[in-house]
Order: sequence, then C-alpha cells, then structure tokens
Amino acid sequence: MGILVKPDTKVLIQGITGSFGARHAQLSIDYGTQVVAGVTPGKGGQVFEHHGHRVPIFDTVAEAKKQTGATASAVFVPPAFAADAILEGVDAGLDLVVAITEGIPVNDMVKVKRAMEGARTRLIGPNCPGIVTPGAGKDSQGGCRIGIAPGYIHKQGHIGVVSRSGTLTYEAVWQLTCRGVGQSTCVGIGGDPVNGTSHLDVIKMFNDDPETHGIIMIGEIGGSAEEEAADWIRQHCRKPVAGFIAGATAPPGRRMGHAGAIISGGKGTAAAKIAAFKAAGIGVATTPSEMAETLLKMM
Amino acid sequence: MNVHEFQAKQLLAQHGVAVPAGEMCDNPESARTAAEKLIASGHSRVVVKSQIHAGGRGKGVFKSGLQGGVKVCSNPEEVFVNARAMLGQTLVTKQTGPEGRVVNKLLIEAASSIKKEFYLAVLLDRAVSRPIVMASTEGGMDIEEVAARTPEKIVKESIDPAVGMMPYQARKLAAALGLKGELIAAGAKLTLGVYRTWWELDATLVEINPLCLVEAGGKESLIALDGKIGFDDNALYRHKDIQAMRDLNEEAPLEIEASNYQLNYIKLDGNIACLVNGAGLAMATMDIIQHFGGSPANFLDVGGGASEEQVAAAFKIIMQDPNVKGILVNIFGGIMDCNVIATGIVAAVRETGLNLPLVVRLEGNNVVAGQKTLAESGLTLITGDSMADAARKVVKAVTA
Repeated sequence: MGILVKPDTKVLIQGITGSFGARHAQLSIDYGTQVVAGVTPGKGGQVFEHHGHRVPIFDTVAEAKKQTGATASAVFVPPAFAADAILEGVDAGLDLVVAITEGIPVNDMVKVKRAMEGARTRLIGPNCPGIVTPGAGKDSQGGCRIGIAPGYIHKQGHIGVVSRSGTLTYEAVWQLTCRGVGQSTCVGIGGDPVNGTSHLDVIKMFNDDPETHGIIMIGEIGGSAEEEAADWIRQHCRKPVAGFIAGATAPPGRRMGHAGAIISGGKGTAAAKIAAFKAAGIGVATTPSEMAETLLKMM
Repeated sequence: MNVHEFQAKQLLAQHGVAVPAGEMCDNPESARTAAEKLIASGHSRVVVKSQIHAGGRGKGVFKSGLQGGVKVCSNPEEVFVNARAMLGQTLVTKQTGPEGRVVNKLLIEAASSIKKEFYLAVLLDRAVSRPIVMASTEGGMDIEEVAARTPEKIVKESIDPAVGMMPYQARKLAAALGLKGELIAAGAKLTLGVYRTWWELDATLVEINPLCLVEAGGKESLIALDGKIGFDDNALYRHKDIQAMRDLNEEAPLEIEASNYQLNYIKLDGNIACLVNGAGLAMATMDIIQHFGGSPANFLDVGGGASEEQVAAAFKIIMQDPNVKGILVNIFGGIMDCNVIATGIVAAVRETGLNLPLVVRLEGNNVVAGQKTLAESGLTLITGDSMADAARKVVKAVTA
C-alpha cells in the first residue's frame, strides 16, 4: 500500500534530542509509526522516552541501522550540519532519507546531489513536510509518518499527493479527507531549488503503485520540474491527475518564501506551468479550494 | 541578498577578475577627488555611475529631470557637477518601478576604450542541480532577449561540482567568444575567477554584462565593466563580510522589520493584506484573492509553526501599509493549536485598534476552540469556512 514507506517501515530520527526533532518524534510515535532509533552524536547509549516507548539513541547512523534494522531516516538537524547528516544516512545505506531541515545552503545541496550519484538511497527534501502513508486506525493512526505533517488530517485510501509546499499539501489532503476520500501516500518534496526527489520521480512511483488510483500534483513558480512531470504524464501516465500551481500573482525576481519559488529570467512562471498541465490533460484547479474536487470529477 | 556594483567588483577583484580602477563616493567633493586621482594616474575620462540595486541605470531618468544614471566625464569638475546632480535624487529605471530609488552612492571609475562587449554569467542549472557558466558575444544586451531571439549565440558549460570548473572549460568559452592568441588565456583566467566568486561566496548569480575587450596603450585586455552578484540567504551565516555589505536603504522598510521577526514579507501593490502560514499557501492565498477580483497587498508567510508573538508582529507590519483596505488571515494549523493563533489574532487586533474589515479562515488542530475564541472576542471580524469563502468575503468587504 502506497509508495516509499509502509506502516511497518522502521524509522530513525537524526536530531532526535533537539526540540524540533523530539516534538515530531513524539507525534510520529503517537501516530503509530515504527520509530526505532534516534541519532545524536555524543548521546549514544541514552534513551528517548515517550508514553512508555523507549527509543535507543546512537552516536552514528551506521550503528543505529545495524542495531535496529532501520531503513528510513528523518533529518531534523540544523541547516549548517544538514548536508553532513544526509550523507551520513546515504553512507549507512538507508533506503530513504527525508530531510525536513529548512535553510540549507544551495551549494551544500549541489554537493550532496553530486555525492549521491549512483547511491542506493533516495532523498526526499530538504525543506519539506515529509511523507505520510496513512494507517487504518482512527484519524489514520497506524500509518508511517516521517516528518512534520499533521497525521490526523489523513485517511487511508487511494489518492497520491505530491507537492513542494507543506501547508498547501495539508490543504489538499484535508479537502480529500473531508469528502471521505483517502490517500495512498502524501509526499512533500520541498521548496528548495535543489532537492532529492522531483515531482516526476514521485509521479512515476504513483503510476506504478496499484493502490494509487488518482494523483494530486501541487506545484509553484520557479524552475521547470512541473513542466517535466507534465510532459511525462502526457505520454505515460495511466491515472487521472489534477493539479494546482501557486504563485500566479507573484512578482518576477522575488523569492516567495521558498528558496526555489522565484521567477527568474522570465522562466518558471505560473502561466507556463498551467499551460503545460493543460497540454498534458492534467485537471487544473482554478483555485486552491478546488484541488480535491477537480480530481474527483475526473475519476 | 544583493549588493551594489562597487561591492560586486571588489569581490570579483579579490578572486582575480580584472575590473576598472575606481572607488565608491557618497558626496560630490570626494567624487571630484577620486576623479582627480584617476586622471593623475593616466586615465583620460571618468565615469560616474549611480549605485542602486536595479539595472537599466544608464537609460534611467532622475525625477529631477536629469537624463541617465551613468555619465562619462572628461574632467574632475564635470564629475563634481554630475555627482551633485545625482546624489540624493531618485532614479527611475525599467527595473525600479515608477517609484524609483534614491541614489546615495556613486562609483567613480576610469572609463575604458571598448572594442567589443561580451556577456558572462554563472548560475545554478536547476534541471541538473549543477552550476552552469554562460557566455555570449551579445554583450550589453538583455540576455533574456538574446536567449529568446538568438539562442545559438549563448554558449554554456555545465560544471561538475566535485572538481569545479576546469581550465579547458573556460578556454572553450573564450574560444567560442572569438578570442584569439593571448586573450584565450586571459579570458579563461577571468572566467575561472568569476566561477570561483560564485562558488566560494555562495552566490545565486554572478553576471558580468558587459565583459569588455578594451584597449589601452596599444594593448588589448579583458575587463569586467559591470558586475552583479546575488547571494544565497541561507549561506550568509558563513560569510560575515558579505552580510556587512547589506544596504538597508535598498530594502523596503516593512520587509526589514518583518525579517527581524523571522517573517517572510513582500510588499505588493494591492489593497488586501494577507497573513498566512506556509509559503505555498501564502502564494495560493494571493492567487485566490486575485481570482475573486481583489488585489493582494503583500505576501506574508508566518511560518509553518507560527507563534502567537509572530502573528501579533505580522499584524503590526501589514497594518503599516497605507494601501491596505482589508485583511485576510488564512491559517491551516496542522500541528499548532488554532486556539493559540486565534488568541494571538484577538490580542493583536485589540492592541492595534484595527478598524478595517478582517476575514479569518482557520482550519486544523483545535479549530473549534479557535473559532469560539474569535466569536466570543466581541470583535467585528468575519469568518470564512474555506479559502474560497474567505477570499470572496474579503474582496466583497473591500469593494463595498
């Protein structure tokens, strides 16, 4: 069920003793996610306790993986140390590293991407809300939540959601859940100009996932990742896709919050992305209030 | 973050890029002295260049009526007269918008005898997550126009970040620009210097337009006649010297205040202020206001996990924009408690004595308590059930 992570995925948290990492480790444990290890250099041997759960802390990702069998990691370490933390997860041979950290220097990520060429690890993010594969319990508990998304807004089901933005993802998920429609997996790929996984990478996985029956793709101004995904969808995607592009009113040359959300050199406009969506047969929501409705009409 | 041309040239020079002799001056007397020095050292003409964070300065017009933000002068007195006419005046260019920018600084620089103009830039190629170096024989032109009309005149080298720009790549670009003989090595050296400036300083863009082939005393050389650098804000923590180059005169006062509270605020021209959590949702909120016939006054992202204090600070900032006729608050409280946000809104409205239409759309964690707090506050605010409902209501309230 779903892509990238399943309810039994064993998760470790890099930066579990920081306030941000600790808070979201607790929320993931409450959600029923298998949080099996924490990593904080120098605090190996300590234990992270929450509601009777005892999560061992290790000095290195390699040791955490060896001792617990964790296959996925959430990175909550501060921006200056995040590139190092990501590559430590890659070196340990994890299947998945999800970098939540916002504010990593672009050139650090350029180096990370280069160093990851040929590696088995998939990186999601940085500057992203993470991944949720909803569970079957009340408020979708029992699922796998890696990152900072609110678990309770989800519902187990068959719609895949991929987005660069956090709160706009929650908006789409909530619209679905309020209509009684569940999600297979929701993936926030992050708002930075250099990220580990693109819209297209996730769309391909949804296309191959038998549990996913329809897709919501949310993009924003800047870059051309949405156009690339649209072009592939036009030729290969067998499932209905609805989309929304944020930033139609954004002035050129200004960064709209996300480091990657900038129209530069006349490229990356909302108009161009919407045109690419339409050309690919993607249902375009005219307002962000209609993302779920647009998809459901197509199904 | 952006810097002035004179600062960009200092940084380029530190990385081995040849730039014209010159210095920054902020009063007419020092401009004259700088010109005297340049002429005494053998330069026949001196250029006075307005320093603002916007392009199109040469063809710009001062609100005083003076034509051109860049003037070539042949003696120190002429430099003095032009400096006096420019400093403190507002220069309007195609990039400043009609309000223009006040010129507080001038670059007094040796004029060059230009034989040919080129274009050179380094930026991030987002499609492959690698740096790319671009060069063109069409120097001095708007590169976007060149790219649209004659893309074959732009040559590119993709850089492997594991090894950096190799000299052969710089030589290929120099040769593609038609440089010959010793100028190939000179062009390659300059290009490598520009690349190193981009990489080592964590720039988002380094643009040399024009890069010039100049002649002095019968000898040809290459020189960066203009320089523009933008920096990655996320990397400024490791470049204290560049942080010190920030010029607050070039930034909107409200944007500076917002940055002090870690708020992402960008002022726009409309009359409906928005206060939103999350960058994507903030953009989408601007879009939906426009969709229903309104016009957003700002982009404002209080962050995915905004605090009560940040909401209060955000209110004070948007209220300072005199164009604002109504406010739309759109919060999707995923993890954070909507009641905390509601309490923050009520406190901010009371403290600021808000008397404009305020539409609030709250959704998410503990939303029922949040709505109750708003309803029991006694404030005349309008609630929206969805983004669309809230946007419609605020547009109606403002146009009524």
